[in-house]
Amino acid sequence: MSLVLRGVDKRYGAVTALDSVDLEVARGSRTAVVGPSGSGKTTLLRVVAGFDRPDDGRIVLDGTVLHDGIQHLPTHRRGVGVVMQDGALFPHLTVGENIGFGLPRETPDRARRIATLAEQVGLDASMLPRRPDALSGGQQQRVALARALARQPRLMLLDEPFSALDTALRASTRQMVADVLGAAGITTVLVTHDQAEALSFADQVAVMAGGRLLQAGTPRELYFHPRAPLVARFLGDAVILSATVADGVARCALGAVPVSDRAARGQRQIMLRPEQLVVAEGGAVRGVVEQVAFNGPFCSIALRLPAHPEPLALRQSALAPPAPGTEVGLSVQGVAHVFAAEAGAAG
Amino acid sequence: MTAIPVVAVGDEDGVYARPMPWLRLRPSPRLLVAGAALLVSLLMLLPLGFVAGMGVQAGWQTVLVLVVRPRVGELLVNVVALVVLTLPLATALALALAWLTERSDIPGARLWSALAVAPLAVPAFLHGYAWVSLFPSFHGLGAAVLLSVIAYAPFLYLPIAAMLRRLDPGLEDSAGSLGLPPWRVFTRVVLPQLRLAICGGALLVGLHLLAEYGLYGMLRFDTFTTAILDQYQSAFNGVAANMLAAVLVLLSLTLLGGEALLRGTARYARLGGGAPRPATRTPLGRLTHPCLAALVLLQVAALGVPGVTILRWLVAGGGAVWQAAEIGPALASTAELAILGAVTATLLSVPMAWLSVRAPSRLQRVLEASNYVVGALPGVVTALALVTLAVTALRPLYQTTFTIVLAYALMFLPRTMLSLRAGLAQAPVELEHAAASLGRSPLRAVWAVTARLAAPGAAAGLAMVALGITNELTATQMLAPIGTETLATRFWSYTGELDYASAAPYALIMVLLSIPMTWLLYVHSKRTAGR
Repeated sequence: MSLVLRGVDKRYGAVTALDSVDLEVARGSRTAVVGPSGSGKTTLLRVVAGFDRPDDGRIVLDGTVLHDGIQHLPTHRRGVGVVMQDGALFPHLTVGENIGFGLPRETPDRARRIATLAEQVGLDASMLPRRPDALSGGQQQRVALARALARQPRLMLLDEPFSALDTALRASTRQMVADVLGAAGITTVLVTHDQAEALSFADQVAVMAGGRLLQAGTPRELYFHPRAPLVARFLGDAVILSATVADGVARCALGAVPVSDRAARGQRQIMLRPEQLVVAEGGAVRGVVEQVAFNGPFCSIALRLPAHPEPLALRQSALAPPAPGTEVGLSVQGVAHVFAAEAGAAG
Repeated sequence: MTAIPVVAVGDEDGVYARPMPWLRLRPSPRLLVAGAALLVSLLMLLPLGFVAGMGVQAGWQTVLVLVVRPRVGELLVNVVALVVLTLPLATALALALAWLTERSDIPGARLWSALAVAPLAVPAFLHGYAWVSLFPSFHGLGAAVLLSVIAYAPFLYLPIAAMLRRLDPGLEDSAGSLGLPPWRVFTRVVLPQLRLAICGGALLVGLHLLAEYGLYGMLRFDTFTTAILDQYQSAFNGVAANMLAAVLVLLSLTLLGGEALLRGTARYARLGGGAPRPATRTPLGRLTHPCLAALVLLQVAALGVPGVTILRWLVAGGGAVWQAAEIGPALASTAELAILGAVTATLLSVPMAWLSVRAPSRLQRVLEASNYVVGALPGVVTALALVTLAVTALRPLYQTTFTIVLAYALMFLPRTMLSLRAGLAQAPVELEHAAASLGRSPLRAVWAVTARLAAPGAAAGLAMVALGITNELTATQMLAPIGTETLATRFWSYTGELDYASAAPYALIMVLLSIPMTWLLYVHSKRTAGR
């Protein structure tokens, strides 16, 4: 493991920002920390960077203790790179000077290193003498990344670095960052409130809420097998139903649905993703279409079932959507996820 | 790393040491800064505490005898009349100038706008000198009001013009579309939005009216400030002077309170990032020439009279008035005091400015506000407190550079604090964090980033205060070490002897020194308003 957090607590007055957080990040991997605002994800990043001091717990990076109550390594000795939401470029320095800020003056070939770093993040050399305010948002984030890369950090912390960019630029910048960090083999922690970004960027996703780390795992694991309904809902639309589970089958408003956990039994909550519900003529369950919303690539359908109080959300190709008011059949693809008994009750 | 008692704790990663929580030692720079800010604030409160202390010491009976007497009544009538007449006139003049330069199609609007600020380059007492030497019988309330309006209207013009530029023209367009004729748009939409600018500017002018010594001394118009100085210079009567100072403090506090009351709680939030397009200028039509004539007349009074007077006396005096043996040392000691005072004020304002940007809290806001209130008190109060304190308790400090520099620092600290605060606001803490993550230690991060970014603001404040000290007369006269003559005190003693020609070189130097700062002030107000 590269980065290890154990029982990290942080309080600001009466507010508990981090509540005994445990997290492990494998060397060279990319972890995304997601959660709603106020969940503690940025605080987590700040205590790892050393901007804030945890009240308790321990943080270790590649065997070096960053914080454990006895030792507290200040930020500038941690070897941790940080890219902040707005880039935090120094307005009084040129782009080149910003990139070279962390390089010691006596670095051999300093100018060439700066040029190489700029090239690495896809910045034109003509931008080096400019002031940061002459750059677009995407370019500023590239400068911030090059600046952080210059010190060859062991760990890169990204604090919502793409949130200020427009949608098209966001995807391409994200890909560029993933490529550059992947090529350099730098362990990365990304903080974001955008679940799609987290799922596509990371090898590991950690979901936080109320200062607690609810679950960490691979994107697939979290998406299809969330530990709690809260995690399920945060990572995407979810159809959550009450069911009686026995012998690998859940009996619910959708009829008999196979479940992933064959050992589960009793009164439980199960979850399906909207894309698992497919409108099909021969479907065993029938319902009435209440609403159809066109979203471009797909349409969202609200379907009312006779045996369920709330309409179900499902997704279908936008090519031939059913008309509101019509009765359609429904079939379930794949298996449903069964929440643990206590998690279902809590959610 | 600090060596502190630990207990061993085990978990799945093995055993590691954990400090006993109640013994965790954290060096807190914030606490040190807060302590420093508190000390400076207490120092700032010294003059006020002193006035109160003198009153308590003298006893209620003595205070009554000294305060309730015809002389105080006369002064009160003078000062109230001065304030009540000057403020509306100056506001009306500033409003007219601001509207002409910002919203009308008057030819040469930019030039007139610069000229509207230009009287600030002429210290108020130079206006007095110019008019009195031209018209020797120019005295009394009318003269005082006229010259006060001319000298201080720029303090109202600057914020009003800046606000006029920032107003969203869309509001006026909507008002017009709702059927309001132009003049109703001005009174119902524009004027209410200018209220904050008018209140702030009027307060500043009012405080100057209370604090000014040289101008009213020239015009033989008695105010509390001139009376305190006379009392101090003729017969040093500590208690009597201090009771006059107490009344002056009450008047200043009344102005501050009145401004707060008038300003109300209204804040005109602007939506969006400033005016999206410039407001349309109203054509003056046939009024163009009368307006131009009025502007020319005003500038003749505001700049022509001092300019012509200084030149006239310089020509009359010829080479004889340029006494290098006098001017040189005066320039040197002025520079010394100005730089020492400005640097001290800047240094003293660092802790509070830092706290107010980086770690604001309720207590900090109260302390900061108290600094502004104390800084708003007339310099004569501060000077009197320091003189009395030095004479009675700290004799070795009497008439030393230390005392006068301290007085300057206390008087001008709010100005350096404002500039520093604005400078520090340019350097968000995230930039320091970024520097730390790039390997800079906390102190080096502050130096490489925050200090660089705050420097222009701090330098502007420093220069402004240095200029203020250069033109300062009241505290300088009371506190300057024996034998130390500044430009202002030399000028003052020559005019006191009616030797206007010998005073002229000092007047010229003071004006020349003031021009760059006035220009800076003008440019700065344009730039901030443009944002």
